[in-house]
Amino acid sequence: MADKVLSVRGLNAYYGNKKAVLDVNVDFYKNKITAIMGPSGCGKTTFLRCLNRIHEVNIEARARIEGDIFLNGENIARMHPILVRRRIGMVFQKPNPFPHMTIYDNVIAGYKLNGIKKKKHEFDTIVEQSLTRTALWEEVKDSLYDRGTFLSGGQQQRLCIARALAMNPDVILLDEPTSALDPIATAKIEELLNELKENVTIIIVTHNMAQAGRISDYTAFFYLGELLEYGTTEKLFTNPENEKTENFLTGRFG
Amino acid sequence: MTMMKAGDARGAEAVSASRLTSHKMKEKGFASFLLFAGISVLMVLGAFFVTLVLQSWPLFRETGFSFFTTLRWAPMEEAFSVLPFLAGTLMTSLLSILIAFPFSMALSILLGEYLKTGPFAAAFKSVTELLAGIPSVIYGFWGIMILMPLIQSLQMKLGLIPYGVGILTASLILSVMIIPYAASLGRDVISMVPGELKEAAYAMGATRSEVVFHVILPYARSGITAGFFLALGRAVGETMAVTMLIGNSNFIPRGIFSPANTMASVIANEFGEADGMHTTALIAVGLVLMILTGLINYAGKSIMKRFQVGG
Repeated sequence: MADKVLSVRGLNAYYGNKKAVLDVNVDFYKNKITAIMGPSGCGKTTFLRCLNRIHEVNIEARARIEGDIFLNGENIARMHPILVRRRIGMVFQKPNPFPHMTIYDNVIAGYKLNGIKKKKHEFDTIVEQSLTRTALWEEVKDSLYDRGTFLSGGQQQRLCIARALAMNPDVILLDEPTSALDPIATAKIEELLNELKENVTIIIVTHNMAQAGRISDYTAFFYLGELLEYGTTEKLFTNPENEKTENFLTGRFG
Repeated sequence: MTMMKAGDARGAEAVSASRLTSHKMKEKGFASFLLFAGISVLMVLGAFFVTLVLQSWPLFRETGFSFFTTLRWAPMEEAFSVLPFLAGTLMTSLLSILIAFPFSMALSILLGEYLKTGPFAAAFKSVTELLAGIPSVIYGFWGIMILMPLIQSLQMKLGLIPYGVGILTASLILSVMIIPYAASLGRDVISMVPGELKEAAYAMGATRSEVVFHVILPYARSGITAGFFLALGRAVGETMAVTMLIGNSNFIPRGIFSPANTMASVIANEFGEADGMHTTALIAVGLVLMILTGLINYAGKSIMKRFQVGG
């Protein structure tokens, strides 16, 4: 079994008094893709948002977390949230490149936002590498200094993945990254994730069972805020232990 | 209608056809009413402009362009120049925007991002509405009772003639009037910045102030700028409070402490007692004021277009 990158112990997440995630214990393995599945409202997105502590940004909903999350053995609750988020990147459901920035600036937005200064040629390298890794370089290399908003939805999402990769994170969290995209763009992103896992651990929330089956090594099944079943995708899809998992996978609810 | 029988499809069709006709009439009637209302407003605006041009025409016919080239306004000597008032207007309104800028920006950010809900936000909202509803003559009173003595003591300390009234006093009262207006426009724009952009920045390790400076403000820039242009338009046209505090001097202002007149204040001050060419000249001042506010609005809109961000 591979190394554990992220370990979650006794995690509870709240919005005010409402519990959204209940006592979750799970380990995520290095250089693997883990899919998080479950019916709408099962807490899978909230769970994902706990992993980089962005859950707690939502002050208005009185969001808070209990329990421990370890990144390579280090408790992220004791790390500065800013450091956590640099080491655990995130890609959202809706592509969200910054409309006021050029493609180039979007890729290095993490550095700009954090006020990290680098030489121009270093940034050039980061931009080229990140865009190459997301198979976007050939498509945009002549328009790096244009705004990113003229790109197609799929390209925008790959730009957002490039933006997350540019910070060289250990883990990338993806929250239903293809749900706003057409099948071709989706296929491209899936292919991309398969290549990226050589260097980075990927955790992806998905509604799409077929997608989880295609790309993930491990699958976690959430139901009403609880982690009901977790194991290799092969095992979970062919021989689920929990009846609810089976019902979900066979389309009886969800 | 007479053909109407249960199950008679043709009867039903005939009814629905006649109902359709009456619907069409109603739609047409409503649309023409809207058009009429729209055209009336346009005509009123046009009438304003035409009146101002026609009424001020004799001045230009008599004196040519000395209205824009000389520096003296002396009605007794039939010397009429708009420049002292143009200068007074520009100085007071720009200075008031300058004073209002830091306060209204801070308030916009505070209420658009940090305190979107809660008692303070609610209180601010009602206070803004109250402030906007206060007649400007009350602002003028307050300025005379509170601001004037303060400015007088400042002038004495600086060894200046303690007028108490002038460009600075008028600008201060204007900025007090503008701040809630500009801040509430700014708050609206800032609170409309998409949450997913802010989240994207947080997810990359940005702090809250970094999100404000690198995401929210660049995104909202065009709206904020447009808001300040609207506020500038207000300051340029504001009459009563300024008339009470500017000192009503018809000379080109020499500095921020000097008494002056704005275009609006000179009209308010002198129109009642004017006759003949003096009236004509005041109307010409009004024409310039109207053109200036039009230009400010136009500039605001084009700035908005230039800075517009997609998405």
